[in-house]
Order: sequence, then C-alpha cells, then structure tokens
Amino acid sequence: MPDISSNLAGIKSPNPFWLASAPPTNSGYQVMKAFDAGWGGAVWKTLGVPVVNVSSRYGGVNYRDSRLIGLNNIELITDRPLKDNLKEIEEVKKYFPDHAVIASLMVETREEWHQIVKDVQNAGSDGIELNFGCPHGMCERGMGSAVGQEPEVLKTIVGWVKEVSTIPVIVKLTPNISDIVEPARAAKQGNGDAISLINTIQSLVGVDIDNFVPYPIVDGKSTNGGYCGPAVKPIALNMVKNCAQNVDLPISGIGGIENWRDAVEYILLGATNVQVCTAVMHFGFGIIREMIPGLENYMKEKGFDTLDEMRGKALDNVKTWENLNLKYKVVADINEEKCIGCQLCYIACEDGAHQAIRLKGEGENRVPEIIDENCVGCNLCSIVCPVEECITMERRDDGTESVTWSQRTEANDVPTTFNDERAGGLGHWVPKPTDALKK
Amino acid sequence: MGEFNKPTSESEFSKNFSQIKPLMNETEAYYESSRCLFCYDAPCQTACPTAIDIPLFIRQISSGNVTGSAETIYASNYFGNACGKVCPTEVLCEGACVYNEQNVKPIEIGRLQNFATRQAIDENKNLFKLGDPNGKKVAIIGAGPSGISCACELRTLGYAVDIFEAKDKPSGLTVHGVAPYKIENEEVLDEMEYLQNQFGYQVKYNSPVGGDDLRKIESDYDAVFVGIGLGNTSMLGLPGEDLQNCVGATELIEELRQNHHKTEIGKNVIVLGGGNTAMDAASESARMGAESVILSYRRGTEEMGAYEFEYDLAKGVGVRGLFNAQPIEILGNGKVEGVKFVKTEASGNQLKEVARSEFEIACDMVIKATGQIKQKEFLGQIEGVQMDGKGRIVIDESGRIGVTKYFAGGDAVNGGAEVVNAAAEGKGAASGIDKFLSE
Repeated sequence: MPDISSNLAGIKSPNPFWLASAPPTNSGYQVMKAFDAGWGGAVWKTLGVPVVNVSSRYGGVNYRDSRLIGLNNIELITDRPLKDNLKEIEEVKKYFPDHAVIASLMVETREEWHQIVKDVQNAGSDGIELNFGCPHGMCERGMGSAVGQEPEVLKTIVGWVKEVSTIPVIVKLTPNISDIVEPARAAKQGNGDAISLINTIQSLVGVDIDNFVPYPIVDGKSTNGGYCGPAVKPIALNMVKNCAQNVDLPISGIGGIENWRDAVEYILLGATNVQVCTAVMHFGFGIIREMIPGLENYMKEKGFDTLDEMRGKALDNVKTWENLNLKYKVVADINEEKCIGCQLCYIACEDGAHQAIRLKGEGENRVPEIIDENCVGCNLCSIVCPVEECITMERRDDGTESVTWSQRTEANDVPTTFNDERAGGLGHWVPKPTDALKK
Repeated sequence: MGEFNKPTSESEFSKNFSQIKPLMNETEAYYESSRCLFCYDAPCQTACPTAIDIPLFIRQISSGNVTGSAETIYASNYFGNACGKVCPTEVLCEGACVYNEQNVKPIEIGRLQNFATRQAIDENKNLFKLGDPNGKKVAIIGAGPSGISCACELRTLGYAVDIFEAKDKPSGLTVHGVAPYKIENEEVLDEMEYLQNQFGYQVKYNSPVGGDDLRKIESDYDAVFVGIGLGNTSMLGLPGEDLQNCVGATELIEELRQNHHKTEIGKNVIVLGGGNTAMDAASESARMGAESVILSYRRGTEEMGAYEFEYDLAKGVGVRGLFNAQPIEILGNGKVEGVKFVKTEASGNQLKEVARSEFEIACDMVIKATGQIKQKEFLGQIEGVQMDGKGRIVIDESGRIGVTKYFAGGDAVNGGAEVVNAAAEGKGAASGIDKFLSE
C-alpha cells in the first residue's frame, strides 16, 4: 500500500487530508470526531480578536438539482473564548499526538500577535496558519484579506509572527487580488514556512427576487460574503499552479475539494496537502471514507509510493499560451453507435462556435455530422455531449511539427496588421450573415 | 389472482385504482425537469400529436416559471392536464426521449406536464387571450376532446361557441372511457371547468342532437363542428351474445367511471379483444376483485393492437392471455356461464379455424372489447357527408366535410384514437373554420 503520510514544512500528518479553518473546526468536539473518522489534520477555526456574529450566515448556490455547488458565508472568526479553544487544542493533541493541529490566527498589533502565537504553541499546536484571507467583516477592521491584499503589510506581520514562533508558519492567501504570486512572494520574504490557498472569494450568491435582497438575509439586508465550494476549484487550481511555479514554498491546497480526485489534481499541480471545508459542511466528516482509499488506489495504479513522488507532476505541462504548439490539430469525431441524437453538439457548434456540424436530411437518423474542414478543434461539442466518450477529438496532424507563438515571434513570422495573411482566421469558412434568416 | 379484493367503498376503490401517474410534488418536478437535455429539434415534440414545445415547458418548470410552463403546454393542447395523465406517453413523447437510446430512464414528460397544468388549473391562471368578438357563431356537436379543443381555439379567434352534448358531462371518453387508474373524474372535470371559465363558451348538456335540431343548428350558426365520437360496442353476431353479463367494454368502463365500487363485475371474467380498450377492461376487472381474468384474442400476441405497455399493465395485475382463440358462442342459460372458442392459426395473411379444436371456458362475465359502432345514422342526416369504407367521416385538410359548413374531428374521423389526437384535430379544425368563415 502506498504511503500517504504527509509533511508540510515539517508539520506531519497521517494523510494529506486536513479540515480547513472554518465552522467544522469550531470546537475540540468536532476536531476529535473528524480525527476519529480518519482526517489527518485540522486547522482550527481562526482565533483572535473578540467578535460578534450575525444570525443567518450562509448562502448556497445550486445548479439544477445539484445542491451547494457553491457556498458563501458572512460568519466571522471564532466567537468562543480563547481560553476554551486553547484548552481544547491541548486535549485534542493528547488524544491524537500524530495528527496535525494547526492554529489559525488573526489579530491586529505586534503585541497581540506575539501573545497569541505563544498561547497556541503552549497549547501544543503543530503549526500556525495566518488568516490573511477572510474577505468579509474582518477586512473592514484592517485584518483578513485587508492584509492579504497588501504584500508589504503581509510580509511585516509574517515577520512579527516569526519573531516568536517555534513551529512552522503557514500564510493563508486571499484570492481577491490580481496576482496571487505577489503575496506568496511576500510570505516567503517574511520567512513564512508555507502558504495555503485559496481563502474564499468575495461574492454575492444570489438575490431574493421577491424582496430585492441578496442572500444571506439579515433582517432584510445583506452583505458580501466569502465564496467557496466545488464552483471555485478551477480558480483555486490556477492560483495554486501559479504559486507552485513561481514561489519556493510548500503549498496547502484549498478550494472545492470533495473527493480523492480533487485532491490528486491539487497535488499534481504542486500542493503538498489539501484542506477541505464545504464538502464537510454538506456531507459531514464521513466523506473521508471515500477520499483515503481513492487516493491510495490511484497511487497504486500509477505506481506512486509517496505523495512526494506525485507532487507537481502536472506542473511541467502547464505552459504560457505562447508556448503551445500551433501545429497541433484535432477534429471532432462522433461515434454513431453511442450517439443518442440529442443534437446538442449541433446547436452548440451552430450557435455557439464555428458552424462545423450539420444535421442529416429528413428521414435519416439523428446523428449529426462533423464538417471536417470547418472544425477548429475547440472541444465544445465533446463537452456538451451527454454521452461519455461519444464525441472524441481525433488528432489530425502527424505530430512531427511544432511551432509556438514565441518561436514565430522570434522568427519574425507573426501577424502584425489587422488584415495580415499570417493571422489564424484566414481561410476559415463562415456562412453569409443573411443565411441565418433562412433557418 | 386475488391481488385485489373487491372494493366495497370509495376509499377501497381508490386504493385498487391508484393513479399510475400520480401528481408530482415540487421537489420531484424540479429533479425530473433538471434531467432534461433540452435537445435540439427535440424528438419528444415531434412525437406529440399536438406538437407541444416540451423542452421549453420542462425548462420553464426547472427555472421556477411553472405558470409559463402551463402556458406553453396549453398553447398547443387544450387538454394539457388530461393528456399528461392519459396519453400513451410510453409510445409518444417519452418513447421518443433520447435517453431511451442510452438505456437511461426517459424524462417523465407526462407527469411534468400534469404538474404544470395542475397548478394553473388550481390557481385559475389567466393564460389565454380571447379574440375580439367577430359576430359569428359556431355550433359544436359533442363536448369531447375534439369539440372542446375546437371551442377553445375558436374563442381565441373571436367566435361565439355553443356546444351540444348528449351526456351530462364534458370531455367525452376522458371522463367516460379512460381507465380510472389513469385519471380521476374530478381531475378531468376540473380542467373542463377551468377551460370553460377561461374561454366562456356555452355547453348545453343532455342535449342529443336529432334531425330537426340539426336543421335548426344549421340555420342558426355559421359553421358546425362534429365531434361525436363513436357509438356503443358493436355486436359480434354470436349465439348467446344477449345473455345477462355479456357486456360491451365501452359501456362497462363508462359505468365504472361513474359508479366506481358499486359496479358489478363477475368473479371469472373473459375479455374478448386485443386492443387498448380490452387491456383496460381486463385490468379494471382484476382491480375490481375478479378472481380470474382471461384476455382472449383471436390472433397471436404480437398482432394485438394494444400498446405493449398496456398489455404489461394488464399482466401486472394478474390478467392471463389466451391467444389464437376465436369465440364462437357465449354459453349460458339466462346468464353467462362460459365461452366456446375454436382455435385459430395463421395461414398467410388469413386467420384459419383449426378443425375440431373447439373448447369451452367457464366464466360468469364476458366483456366485449371488439370495437364500437360508427354513428352512421346521425351522420346520414348531414347533407353531403361522405364516409369511408370503415364508416369514418371523410374530411379535407382543413377539417371540412366536403363543401358543407360542417367540420369534423376526433374518433368519428380517425376511427378511434387517443384524447391527444382528438384535441389536435379539434384545434386544427378551428383554424379551418376560421379560414372558411373569413373567405
């Protein structure tokens, strides 16, 4: 069996699955229950300055009959007394010495940072996570994402923490910023030991259209919240990749992870471990029963003995656009046997892409036909097709040639004027505008 | 057998005849509508005799616009609610659903349709725009699906409409002839009441139209629509056919629809016929507590006119099939005591009796589901009417009878089809009438 134990900047855990700092880690009771269920680590609900929470805190996003593809919240950091939390951290560590307990922290002044770092170290925490990400409530008081959005401030505070810390320090980054690499670099410069990302994205999840108030509603009013859940995963994966390629710090990946496959994707893009919140808020701690064996099976099938062996495996394959092969050519192919005749590929291509699919004549079957010469290989038809492996993208170039935009630029062979014949669209067939009126 | 006890009360009757397509609740409708692929040029719509824009009405349910959904349905079919329940969806829209090609359960289109229209009916939603009165009057003979549909459509075109109905209720076979497990009387009548409220046509019940009445109608109205359906069960010409308990299926089902558990059904029943009415009569006998129900058909199983799913329904409640058996005599003394059959075999396209193969089966009730007579006597009173070899009214493309002011639709024209066919024909004839009267 592969070894799935994880080591993030010296913080060890029996597996790479941690609970993110959030409502599921609000108490020792929950963390103990999670460890008992199989979770490898937990980042405690953020400790810090005293707060008061509102009632009505979460808003959900459903897609058709799928509940909670996205979740936002306007809950603040813990509102429980610090001493209770410290006592419970200590108790959890007593029962689970090999599991990772990380204290998430958010205070304001240097003195406050020094004090709380010492407190959580004394309680037995294995690491510290600095909450520089929270995009609601706390940022208005100059904390959370207000710090994460100012690399200089971030670096300074990481420095304060490092002045007294004896355990690894993880800096949690906010995605509410143009370039995630900047705060990641600042974390490195401040001597942080690792970064974790992403925190939640500023959001309004929807509006009550009868009463004209966004969700969640607090006495007829609302405010922006922090967005998370499966819907944010693509954004988070890209940010994790950017950090992994540009900053030399271990990464704890966060954002929409709910099964082993999600976790593998994060690890392949450079994460050392992963943190989970929304999926647990939706389904409970029991989802770990699917995640661990799923990861183990994958590693076995791929021949990975440790997580280190697989970490970052996909990174080399993520290039800037200008380094993609312009000679590569795929064309859609419809498997007649599998096609169910919904014709979604036809209308998607017809209205939403390149008019490269036609319908057969009356009396013939409903399997659409690809017009090879019009197909630009965009994948849209294969993406909308409801049947697995029915539309496949078949390679048409012979694989011997490769030219990238940057090579063409170097060779002075790029289009430079609006009507330059070297541009891509020349010779692509498009119907006459008035042909649309005949349909 | 014995799956069903003889119902002795209204509640026991309802239990034995529980709806095979019960009303969906909101969650079920939401989930089911979410599955729809929104096919391009959707086969379900093509399969619908009234060409309802099914993908659109399902999408409207899924987006929470149930009223708009009902509007979409009614725009094509005034019997939207009834058809959702009584249509043979298995061979129409649902049979055409592309999911069948994938061996995935097709969308429950009938039940979704019922869900949307039911809400409009219950809330008496105003979905229709009546035409400005044009001063012209149309008489409709028969308040069945074709007549009512014709009336509704004519009202949108500005005609005054009077309907003459021989019986005391509207909707024809929908309330008198459809199996009770497909739709309940109240539900049928609710839709009829809704339509009459919305469209404001007049219905004169208990008003069979005789020769003199017809002359008067002819002179009082600008056009006449004939939607008289079919007559009673035709006689087979067998000895013993007049014995007590040898009944016609149409008449028996009509009694069952009105008298429910008070209808007398034999203990051992033989149903003669292989069409959908025979399947209904057999299923109903079983649900009424008959100990044995034999469905006899003179040809083989595959040659039955009934839809496969209707035969499955009958088999599902314990009905046994007897094939290649031709009834030659109803046995009994005053009351039915059995049926004498002779075996048959196919000989090319002909059916041949097998010599010396007579046999008898005892029973105490015989239900003839062997077709209904055409209303030739009534039709003979219309000057210029033409009937084909099967006694069906001949009409032109616009629904008009020859060069008369008469139009026709429904069973009297098509020889006996579904509610949805009659609804389509009645609506179509209204356009024909409008064109005729606008010339």
